[in-house]
Amino acid sequence: MQQRTIFAVTAILVAFMLICGCTGTTSDQTPGEKQQLRIATTTSLYDTKLLDHLTPIFEEKYNAELIIVSGGTGKAIEYGQRGDVDVLMVHDRAREDAFLADGYGTNRRVFAYNYFIIIGPESDPAGIKGMDPEQAFTTIREKGMAGENVVFVSRGDASGTHSKEQAIWKAAGFNYSTDIQGSGSWYQEAGTGMGATIAMANEKQAYALSDIGTFLAYKGDVDLVALVDEGDALLNVYCAMQINPEKYPDTNTALAKDWINFLISDEIQQEIASFGVEEYGQPLFYAAQNDWEKIGVPQAEVKDPVL
Amino acid sequence: MYEIIEGFLEALRLIITLDPDVMAISLRSIIVSFTATIFASLIAVPLGGVIYFGSFPGKKSLINLIQTLYSLPTVIVGLLIFLLLSRVGPFGFLRLLFTPTAMIIAQTVLILPIMIGLTISALSGVDPIIRDTLRSLGATRFQLLANTMKEAKFAILAAVALGFGRAISEVGAAILVGGNIMASSFSSSTRVLTTAISLETSMGNISQSIALGIVLLAIALVVNFVITTVQHR
Repeated sequence: MQQRTIFAVTAILVAFMLICGCTGTTSDQTPGEKQQLRIATTTSLYDTKLLDHLTPIFEEKYNAELIIVSGGTGKAIEYGQRGDVDVLMVHDRAREDAFLADGYGTNRRVFAYNYFIIIGPESDPAGIKGMDPEQAFTTIREKGMAGENVVFVSRGDASGTHSKEQAIWKAAGFNYSTDIQGSGSWYQEAGTGMGATIAMANEKQAYALSDIGTFLAYKGDVDLVALVDEGDALLNVYCAMQINPEKYPDTNTALAKDWINFLISDEIQQEIASFGVEEYGQPLFYAAQNDWEKIGVPQAEVKDPVL
Repeated sequence: MYEIIEGFLEALRLIITLDPDVMAISLRSIIVSFTATIFASLIAVPLGGVIYFGSFPGKKSLINLIQTLYSLPTVIVGLLIFLLLSRVGPFGFLRLLFTPTAMIIAQTVLILPIMIGLTISALSGVDPIIRDTLRSLGATRFQLLANTMKEAKFAILAAVALGFGRAISEVGAAILVGGNIMASSFSSSTRVLTTAISLETSMGNISQSIALGIVLLAIALVVNFVITTVQHR
């Protein structure tokens, strides 16, 4: 009996060593012939499943394998700074500029854009429907601090969405850390992802800033509606950039360039512009290709292939 | 309530139709956590024995430290392993970040304190008369260790079961070092049941999350059934 048990245990151990050996090969660069491209992106982009849609097209064309990790923009940038990925895809112009200036990234290209929306309860206690984003924010704060039943739930997690929210507060003339943060129970910081923030706003029947993709995914499950969906301040621009090979020489430079050029190619720009129409009745993104003036980026960033 | 029922039905549907994504994720969960449990057991059980039977200065403090580490948050372990395996970290050259191997390492480290500590507890639960009897029969140090462990078999297997449970249910470290990747090939992906649940929840797919949770519990049930059977042999 004991010998049988020992034998069984040993057999299992050997089996798992072998399995472990198989999973261990991912630490080698190429399982088989395929090259791997590592991409860090933001949850706002990843959760819309646009990348899942584009991945098979790219993988077949370039005989590659895409390894995509997602997190808040801050986390994605962290991965880029540590050289753990080959490409960074985010939507925070200010932090992207800093990233490029510090030499971590290069060859930024803008491939898509959409708009953030201010969501809130259908009853709209603050009456912000149809307002400008800055005006809406000011009104929410005013009514919230006056003690009316008005609450705003913030991402509070250094994500791209959170940065955008802070930018709107600034554009409305407020100092974020003194006038908004901790200024009252009307302003609550969730410290979580977009979905959880929306769920929280739903529970509290509160206002929040959301990207359109996540909101559409939640729409049927929450009692919140889009109240403000127009305004330059709500512009949400997505870019892709290479991790600088001068800082991290062993990133997959060739494939990174292929991916970026793939995104700004005519064919894929069309795919992006039509993505989501079937499921949600409206596109989730606009192609950046011809709207470079509208979104305020140099034409080169939407047109010029990376060499 | 409705969502929970919907989740349950979705779980049945996913299992019966052998949904390929769910199958892949489940298999990966099992492989990663099983391997981590085996590795941890191989280290923890002998080490626990050596610590228990040894007499050295600082033994009590060591045991104290081990038990304190029971409370080590999984996110911290994940962060630590992440920093070690990151390209700019000391072991970056191994290129293990965002691979299943990294997850196995993280889970092994995570469950080691519990398994060492519980092994020591298990051994100290063995009647001292047995230890004396073994000694009086002329047992060598190794024989003493091995035979006492056999007596404590039940409790040690309970430690293994707990270790596996902790490994398969943790999220924090798995997301940090694995990246929750769903790539086209099985061996490049790092999505497991817990990280998938986390993702589905954050995307608003509640019934999918509940379904995956039920699958995870079903796996844990089967594994523990096996362990219980072995315990009672």
